[in-house]
Amino acid sequence: MSSIGTGYDLSASQFSPDGRVFQVEYAMKAVENSGTVIGLKGSDGIVLAAEKLILSKLHEPSTNQRIFNIDQHIGMAFSGLIADARQIVQIARREAAEYRQQYRLSIPLKYLNDRVSMYMHAYTLYSAIRPYGCSVILSGYENGEPVMYTIDPSGVSYGNLGCATGKAKQSAKTEIEKLKLSQMPCRELVKEAAKIIYLVHDELKDKNFELELSWVCKDSNGHHQRVPENVYQEAEKAAKQAMEADSESDNEDM
Amino acid sequence: MFSAPPFWQNGPAPGSFYDFPNMQPQVQPNDFRQHTQSPVTTSTSLVAVTYDKGIIIAGDLLASYGSLARYRNCPRIVKVNNNIILGSSGDYADFQYVQNFIEQKVISDECLDDGITLKPKSLYCWLTRILYNRRSKMDPLWNNFIVAGIQDGEPFLGTVDKQGTAYSDKIICTGYGAHIATPMLRDALDNKPQLTQAEARAQVERCMEVLYYRDARSFPKYQLGIIDADQGVSIEGPLQVAQNWSVAHSIKGY
Repeated sequence: MSSIGTGYDLSASQFSPDGRVFQVEYAMKAVENSGTVIGLKGSDGIVLAAEKLILSKLHEPSTNQRIFNIDQHIGMAFSGLIADARQIVQIARREAAEYRQQYRLSIPLKYLNDRVSMYMHAYTLYSAIRPYGCSVILSGYENGEPVMYTIDPSGVSYGNLGCATGKAKQSAKTEIEKLKLSQMPCRELVKEAAKIIYLVHDELKDKNFELELSWVCKDSNGHHQRVPENVYQEAEKAAKQAMEADSESDNEDM
Repeated sequence: MFSAPPFWQNGPAPGSFYDFPNMQPQVQPNDFRQHTQSPVTTSTSLVAVTYDKGIIIAGDLLASYGSLARYRNCPRIVKVNNNIILGSSGDYADFQYVQNFIEQKVISDECLDDGITLKPKSLYCWLTRILYNRRSKMDPLWNNFIVAGIQDGEPFLGTVDKQGTAYSDKIICTGYGAHIATPMLRDALDNKPQLTQAEARAQVERCMEVLYYRDARSFPKYQLGIIDADQGVSIEGPLQVAQNWSVAHSIKGY
């Protein structure tokens, strides 16, 4: 973002003369300041992975999680402001519960995506409020079909095969594009996801991080859950090995 | 020449009351609410007995409309989670209402992702609050619930009725079964205080048979729920009552 708002950035309800809404763009900035989150849709499910930056050594390991359950079959990962995201999580859970109460069915992700994105969009329309400072990835598994959406602070949403938000979203996207997603089962995707998060992590700027991994797939019975401990360990090990192999080959080049 | 002015202008006709001007008709309060005074579609007895490592609970699949055997495939013994079975007799619609409520409660609990699941004693206590609250509004949920579960490795069996009266015991039967089956099971437990699963099952099956003979609202198709400390929850059925009417002709004098 080159220009500063020059007076047109004080309200989310005002355009600048060249047709931009600065408050919304600033919200996207907030998203880019947080750890990377990726989502990968494979042949039999979806894997979400998050790089949870550890801001202080004094925090408990499991605080400030970046991946949430919305319903049995739906997960959400976010990058951006955690408090904002928690509110989105709450809204999404309420929508899912309401849908179940009314129709005795679990909510189709398409509907949930519509409702949550309209909700986020509404916060870009009024001067008294600010947009949400987070992007979310919704993952679901319906009738054997994996589905994934991302929603930006502007309220725009996309259906995705693979996606990334946060700090290193560009390099993460490049890495994701190298994969043949539609031919890979979740078991393999988990490893790839871990590798990508380790790869795009910037050790110079952010020292410590914790890898979060969740999936919703055939193996998890169509439920969204954190990957089992053994799968997690395996993925983390694979990622670390890949990093080592990488740095060795770098040394050889030199 | 002289005539008296009219005695009372615009007055009422002789024999009727004066019509006062600007008199609003009496406002009827419109906030009357009708409360459930009786159940509509009902299910009959439940039989539950504790054995050494768990609990067996049985109930038929009939939902009666008055004395009419209206709906003949209505399961009312349901798994709540891996350590609770819920059974209900009484109004079937009220049961479904509570069941949906609990289902959402379990999903919301799962979403929190803290590894804590609903425990039988908690559900039992929660049901007393719900039912007592509704009876205090003079609008009870017309059910007798039985909560069967395993908590801390021990079987727990409790019941709540529509007034919110609750107790736990090793034997609990509801409806007509409270009169017919309870004494039979007490007798069995007096003879042998710790039943095995097979013995408990035989006792419950015997109760279902006797209840089918004696209870005009019963049905020969039933479900059997077993919760075991080692084997977890299983709901079996539809099972058939082993009926034998060969002695019927000798029963006279009613």
